[in-house]
Amino acid sequence: MSATGTSPQPSTATGAPMTEQHSPLHDEHVALGAALTAFAGWQMPLRYTSDLAEHTAVRTAAGLFDLSHMGEIEVTGPDAGAYLDRALVGNLSGLRVLGARYTMVVQEDGGVIDDLVVYRTGETTYLVVANASNHAVVLAELRDRAAATGLDVQVEDRSAATGLVAVQGPHALAVVEALPGLAPDPDGPADVTPATLRYYACLPMRFEGRPVLVARTGYTGEDGFEFFVDADGTPALWRALLAAGADHGLVPAGLSARDSLRLEAGMPLYGNELDRTTTPHDAGLGRVVRLDKVDADGEPVPFVGRDALAARAHSAPARVLVGLQGLGRRAARHGYAVHASTQPDAPVVGTVTSGAPSPTLGHPVAMAYVTPEVSAEGTELAVDVRGRREPVRVVALPFYRRPR
Amino acid sequence: MAAELPATLQYTAEHEWVDDSSPVTVGITSVAAEALGDIVFVELPAVGDTVEAGSVIGEIESTKSVSELFSPVSGTVAEVNQAVVDDPSLVNADPYGAGWLLRVDMTSAGPLLSAAEYGALNP
Repeated sequence: MSATGTSPQPSTATGAPMTEQHSPLHDEHVALGAALTAFAGWQMPLRYTSDLAEHTAVRTAAGLFDLSHMGEIEVTGPDAGAYLDRALVGNLSGLRVLGARYTMVVQEDGGVIDDLVVYRTGETTYLVVANASNHAVVLAELRDRAAATGLDVQVEDRSAATGLVAVQGPHALAVVEALPGLAPDPDGPADVTPATLRYYACLPMRFEGRPVLVARTGYTGEDGFEFFVDADGTPALWRALLAAGADHGLVPAGLSARDSLRLEAGMPLYGNELDRTTTPHDAGLGRVVRLDKVDADGEPVPFVGRDALAARAHSAPARVLVGLQGLGRRAARHGYAVHASTQPDAPVVGTVTSGAPSPTLGHPVAMAYVTPEVSAEGTELAVDVRGRREPVRVVALPFYRRPR
Repeated sequence: MAAELPATLQYTAEHEWVDDSSPVTVGITSVAAEALGDIVFVELPAVGDTVEAGSVIGEIESTKSVSELFSPVSGTVAEVNQAVVDDPSLVNADPYGAGWLLRVDMTSAGPLLSAAEYGALNP
């Protein structure tokens, strides 16, 4: 057999020149028998038992993810909000304290450098969370842009000192409420608990006396909580969550399940749906670009990429990101061509950005960029799966929405 | 990490196994099945197809990746395992038993390894 895998996949000894970074939870993963993989310069768990079992656990009970490879950048100072309005596409000065917002950092031409979640932890303090694969680039851009604006702001990289774990699934709240050692922060809002914490909001708490930022955010399409904690406090939190979750069906879940879950939920992955050649609008995420944001004087904010994105917002797109429901048995994968039909001479009309079997739906699912003419829901197309045409149908994203 | 390798089978460097029955039975090893993860689709040749040792005769697809299946022997396909086509997870559950893939009326074999030799390549 030969393997032509889609990333991430188990690492093989290829003589990579650099030693990969280890998560603070590395020893936990090894003890749990995880298959580790090289991902963005880190050794991370690809799976612990089975991709399908871990995916299903998140949809029916709960999964525990190690996300310590992600980048955490603190942006603080009197001008922190105004600065982020200039550096990013969204309105961050208008984000309420203890709120969270999905946003992007783009180039001057509007091309996406990374997608981010920004947490406003205080009046003048923000936590910017970047993809592991873009951490260094995002840090450099934020520093350069801070210097360019001359605003009163500090940009500090906290990634090495920060661990991040996530509990995701319908039982996530039950798991968190069963966690001994989790207590309110004495300086935090007195009337907010994990149960009342709203989606896309955060809450400073204490775990066994250590500060922990608890956020009701995630990348799976389920309810869930993310915990930002000191790197050396991460193992104790991880073990305590596993113990608390034992009665609620909580299992550790790896990057493979993380990818199939976010795909079902129609969420973009940087490097697949988003890259420097795509604008937020191309990916159907024009709503994160706040062309209407104004500064303290009421003037439009001259944020990086503004002019290019203003032009893009009002022009006809060259391509559209769509969902493709697989009508056959074989899954399309990243990079496969989309054709107008299963006929041998049918022209290419697009490219698959992500694809996999959907454990929840029982058929293959994919996201693809296609020409606008074939992007209407219900359009029947075909994907070239390693030399054979598989029929697909355009469907609205997301493929899966959690029951409310 | 590989489960015990049955000593009665022979193996290829590409992670297939063959037995000594007639027609020979062909499958993939537990090493391959574990590396692939959950297998979701198996493509096999048709009964009556001619196969050549070392050539690609099918595909094994998991949630994350696709691997080509090479024939360890030359000959004619006598039988394919429909149970695996219907339920690919059998390959993960029982790669040396119920997860067998095909049977071949063999005319010749390609290079084959003993369990010890294959195990040495895949510690």
